[in-house]
Amino acid sequence: MTGASPTLQDTRFGPGSLVRVSDRASLGHCRTPVYLRGRSGTVVGIAGRFRDPERLAYHKPGLPLQTLYRIRFAQRDLWPGYEGQADDEIEADIFEYWLEPDDERQREQGR
Amino acid sequence: MSTHDHDHQHDHDHDHAPISDQDGPISRFELLETAIRELLIEKELFSAADLHAQIDATESRNPALGADLVAKAWSNPEFKANLIEDPRATLGEMGIDVGAIAELQVVENTENLHHVVVCTLCSCYPRMILGVPPAWYKSTAYRSRVVKDPRGVLQEFGVDLADTTKVRVLDSTADLRFLVIPRRPPGTDELDEAALAELVTRDSMIGTAEALDPQS
Repeated sequence: MTGASPTLQDTRFGPGSLVRVSDRASLGHCRTPVYLRGRSGTVVGIAGRFRDPERLAYHKPGLPLQTLYRIRFAQRDLWPGYEGQADDEIEADIFEYWLEPDDERQREQGR
Repeated sequence: MSTHDHDHQHDHDHDHAPISDQDGPISRFELLETAIRELLIEKELFSAADLHAQIDATESRNPALGADLVAKAWSNPEFKANLIEDPRATLGEMGIDVGAIAELQVVENTENLHHVVVCTLCSCYPRMILGVPPAWYKSTAYRSRVVKDPRGVLQEFGVDLADTTKVRVLDSTADLRFLVIPRRPPGTDELDEAALAELVTRDSMIGTAEALDPQS
């Protein structure tokens, strides 16, 4: 069964981690939307471990399983001139190998 | 450019709307689907009967199941908490199999927080609970606009959110599917689950509508 919850020790990030979605390009099938690439968000949960869609799409078994995170983004950080409320949000599911620690924001928050 | 590009003088009388031709040339993807389907059947990976049984099962799922769950959640706080905490197990106890392909997540709309669901990449949808998605859910317009201007899109759907209500767009990018529990309409304290379920529309479980108001 995929989707089994990994223990926190197995994962690179935990709830509350500040992360940035990698800004790289992708070739072929990919579940990381372009509008979120290069954007900063916060881990709000670990969805589980799932088969890797970027391999599954090409007839591979999609193993090893990859950790999938629930990432929350502030609308204001995504769209210049966003007209909704200041605390409006988007959540998306992003695989670990698309995420990097957002050290810059981590430092800012630590100050 | 088509070879049919002579000047077409549209000066003859037309009192009908253009008729779209549903029997047009088969698309590349239709052709691909047919080829792969026929190969899989020929190689006996599954039979034509298996395929039809699966199509029947998929199409027999409809939003009534979701509406029953929402009505039960409104009526029973413990059930609601369990449904949000562990949808798979809670539905499993009721004999509802959410399938192995994706994980169901249940979220609740409140006075202060409104969820709306989209799949910007394609058309991921909690089919196991709501059946086949509506056509607009798959449209480029909905998918591209609701992430950027959720309040504007919701207004077009007839949902006017207070400035004090936060909007959280849920983009089903990967393996999770989302079911929204809409807010329970006021004045429904006396209604039983069956009557409550009548108020729960498909769109209210996507977050593009409120549940129906029994007073109106």
